[in-house]
Amino acid sequence: MSNQPGLYEETIKGIWRENPVFVQMLGLCPALAVTNSAINGFAMGAASTFVLVGSSLLVSMFRNLIPKQVRITTFIIIIATFVTVADLSLQAFTPLLHKELGAFIALIVVNCLILGRQEAFASRNRLPYAVGDAAGMAGGFTIALIMVGGIREILGSGSFFGVPLFGDNFEPWVIMILPPGGFLTLGVLLIVFASVKKRSDKRKQVRLES
Amino acid sequence: MPTENRAGPIRLVVTLGLAGLFSGLVLVSVFLATQPLIKRNQVEALEAAIYRVLPGAETRKVFVEQDGKLVEAQSADGVEAVFAGYDPGGKLVGYGIPAAGGGFQDIISLIYGYDPYEKQIIGMQVLESKETPGLGDKIIKDQNFLDDFKALKVEPEILVVAPGTGADANEVDSISGATISSKAVVKIINQGNEKWRKLIDEKTESEGQAE
Repeated sequence: MSNQPGLYEETIKGIWRENPVFVQMLGLCPALAVTNSAINGFAMGAASTFVLVGSSLLVSMFRNLIPKQVRITTFIIIIATFVTVADLSLQAFTPLLHKELGAFIALIVVNCLILGRQEAFASRNRLPYAVGDAAGMAGGFTIALIMVGGIREILGSGSFFGVPLFGDNFEPWVIMILPPGGFLTLGVLLIVFASVKKRSDKRKQVRLES
Repeated sequence: MPTENRAGPIRLVVTLGLAGLFSGLVLVSVFLATQPLIKRNQVEALEAAIYRVLPGAETRKVFVEQDGKLVEAQSADGVEAVFAGYDPGGKLVGYGIPAAGGGFQDIISLIYGYDPYEKQIIGMQVLESKETPGLGDKIIKDQNFLDDFKALKVEPEILVVAPGTGADANEVDSISGATISSKAVVKIINQGNEKWRKLIDEKTESEGQAE
């Protein structure tokens, strides 16, 4: 394990360099579907964080006990359990938010980001690394959802986290909180992220060559 | 990753069995812990909805069916009931009627307010549904759709018509993209009417004569 990056790198990579939504393009379904407001994006991100960190923790802990042939099934059982726990807790403690997110909480089970991290990382790495990786990826996912949700809410409802930003004269751009707004916002953000990444990669290369 | 290449079938069964067992234990305990809270939330949501579908009502009484008549009951727990709402002067505003039925995905449960004097629906709110997000779930929030239920005659039977064509007092414009869900809502209300309206109307008439 000498050439493995440190715990800090494994954690931080999910935020920016390997951001699940903007770079890996995973978990796009919830990123489009529930992000009509910043709070919904945040809630979806928080629920996914809980599921991802919890599943990675268990998968990494039992990684040597789970036979290879049934690993995917076992991962799914673990993930589904966490999702149901999140679903019931939201229903019990924040019924309004649960109503708002509706069926999408249950659909976290099929978010490929979560199963992907189990298969690609948690099942091959020691516990602290697995949890760090999960927390970083989940953090990056949550930030992406809040960004998409925030932009759509500001343009489509004229508010941010429910706080009105503009005066009465503001005419909301309603399409932004409807499904097409999700595609538009995500597309623009992807362009921005890709071009920023390209530029910083070029700068790194120049530095290496000089 | 496990070191051995092939685990025996027994090991596979045991692993999955244990995973299922622990998952089941966790789910049952979380379910038991959250159930009272979820129940309470639902009761509160129903309570708030009663006053929303009966504009002007401030107090309410529970009525259940007994021997073909409506009689007052203490609580609506575990029985089918309707809620009579009264304004501050004690005058009857109408009845909140909970009803449920099949939607596009799963059961839609809703409550609607019925004014027995005018014989019309005066409000409708969806309590629970799993309709398609972005399409069918517009039955919860679409203002034009909800406005159709603010003065909706129940005779003749309520009809669903194409968006923008509803002119008659007993017609509801369906939501474009959510036709099945719109029709389901109206069907649920018509079924609720079939079950409760005769009882409510008879009770209202007999009260009118007594005064």
